[in-house]
Amino acid sequence: MLIFLRHPSCWLWVMLLLLCKPLHAALDIEIFGGGATQIPIAITPFAAEERLPQSITSIVAADLQRSGLFKLVDSTGLAPHSPAGVVYADWANRGANALVVGKTTLFPDGQIEIRFYLMDVAKRVQLTSLATLVPAAQLRAAAHRIADIVFEALTGNVGVFSTRIAYVMKQGEKYALQVADADGFNAQTVVEYSEPIISPAWSPDGSEIAYVSFENKKPIVYVQTVATGARRAVANFKGSNSAPVWSPDGRKLAVVLTTQGNSQIFLINADGSGLQRLTRSAGIDTEPSFSPDGRSIIFTSDRGGSPQIYRMAITETASGFAERLTFEGSYNVSPDFSKDGKSFTFIHRHNNQFNVAVQDIETRQMQILTKSQLDESPSFAPNDMMILYATEIGGRGILSAVSRDGQTRQQLTTQTGNIREPVWGPLPRLK
Amino acid sequence: MKKIFSVFMICLLSACAGQKTQPTAEVVERSIGADENAAAAASGLASDGATFHPLQDPNNILSQRSVYYDYDSYTVKNEYRELVLAHARYLRDNPNASVLLQGNTDERGSREYNLALGQRRADNVKNMMTLAGARDAQIESVSLGEEKPRVMSHDESSWAENRRADILYHGE
Repeated sequence: MLIFLRHPSCWLWVMLLLLCKPLHAALDIEIFGGGATQIPIAITPFAAEERLPQSITSIVAADLQRSGLFKLVDSTGLAPHSPAGVVYADWANRGANALVVGKTTLFPDGQIEIRFYLMDVAKRVQLTSLATLVPAAQLRAAAHRIADIVFEALTGNVGVFSTRIAYVMKQGEKYALQVADADGFNAQTVVEYSEPIISPAWSPDGSEIAYVSFENKKPIVYVQTVATGARRAVANFKGSNSAPVWSPDGRKLAVVLTTQGNSQIFLINADGSGLQRLTRSAGIDTEPSFSPDGRSIIFTSDRGGSPQIYRMAITETASGFAERLTFEGSYNVSPDFSKDGKSFTFIHRHNNQFNVAVQDIETRQMQILTKSQLDESPSFAPNDMMILYATEIGGRGILSAVSRDGQTRQQLTTQTGNIREPVWGPLPRLK
Repeated sequence: MKKIFSVFMICLLSACAGQKTQPTAEVVERSIGADENAAAAASGLASDGATFHPLQDPNNILSQRSVYYDYDSYTVKNEYRELVLAHARYLRDNPNASVLLQGNTDERGSREYNLALGQRRADNVKNMMTLAGARDAQIESVSLGEEKPRVMSHDESSWAENRRADILYHGE
């Protein structure tokens, strides 16, 4: 918090945070280094925003700040609400490169009209705008959409503020599979058991989540439709069934089974038919992750004596051949392929710490991104720019995210419960 | 013969006896349980010491049910060989007995890798037991990974306690 308060734009940020009413989560952002590459942006409160049940600009500001690519510029004393009211020189003097202005209109039927404009301060032009009509319940979603538009216009990369995440929350003796907005708000329980749940995995279209439940006294892989709650067992073979992950086309899952002996990786159709063995080793093969083209997997194996990350092509017959990718240290696990297929994130142990790391596939260069003690389950955002993971503070699981370059870290801290196994969902189909 | 009969009665009265057939009880009497039961009978404990089935007798190695492991290892250490082999002999000599082996790990690292590691721990105990004469069908090995820690604290002694395979007899 002290580090956070030293940040130049902190006081505006504090005010925005105070405006923003926490529903299920409180946000704690810690930013260090990398200020030079951040885009200075001013976000003025939208007209009549104070009458809405939920501030829009505070969410837009929080989203952009969390990405680590933006620096908020103080807008105190200036409050244009449309392009016509903007005096560019004022904003140039404050060091802003970009400016967000807008207005809201609350209609008697409860619908809210939002008009927003993104201005380029240096070029003195409007870059983009949006006019939309939403019910009050959709205010957060509308704010995330605005943040996505700003992010794409200024960085050239797709925004991921409208995406969702899934994770497991342990509360007392209950285990809940929850989905939430990418900022940790709007958490909803998909399913709850009194036995452990691990390894949630989103289907590529975001409509279903595969996971492992111990409710029947052993690990079984289920697939659940998020919207309806309908559930089916996809892998329930003799022994242990775990580590589900969807193929990029959504037709198959890779799973880890012990039905033929050691933990080995199999392919299975999403309806539970057509079991096909992929790996063949005398050790543990687990935690598969598909390459974006679906032609190969990376996975954790101890075939070389310690758990390391390997890559193998998917072929018709099970194969014992795989290429070892990690060589630093004696414990590299939980790989997740980046969406561009050029790197993977994983957990690397060194000096008795378990940290999030990334490695380039071609150059094999590895970078450790975190400094915490016990990190778990890293997964890339759909734009590859952030990595979501779980870490432990005071024995409690916390959701965290770190930028791909390690420059920005954030904690999505919930009030109660113990969070583990986070996974970042796909981009919404309709944007 | 009278003595054998009384030992048989003791077994019937003990916790497990309800599910045992007569031949099983005789096997117990002749093999592992013989010393304890004979001692109990000899010292006049037959009436009040009747609950000492070999699996429960604190002085019998069969009452020890946990195998502990080094970090990230599934090798059964030498100090636990005798324990595992004693249970293997009991299973060999009691064909109606069966066990559930539960492998566990400490909380550090990957949950999925730990699930597989716990399975390896349970499987290794199972392999030792079957090599020593227990039948495959008598032993089921499963993993709880890091999901069911016996000790919830986050320090080395807790982690050591949680790196464990447990031997659970059905019907106990």
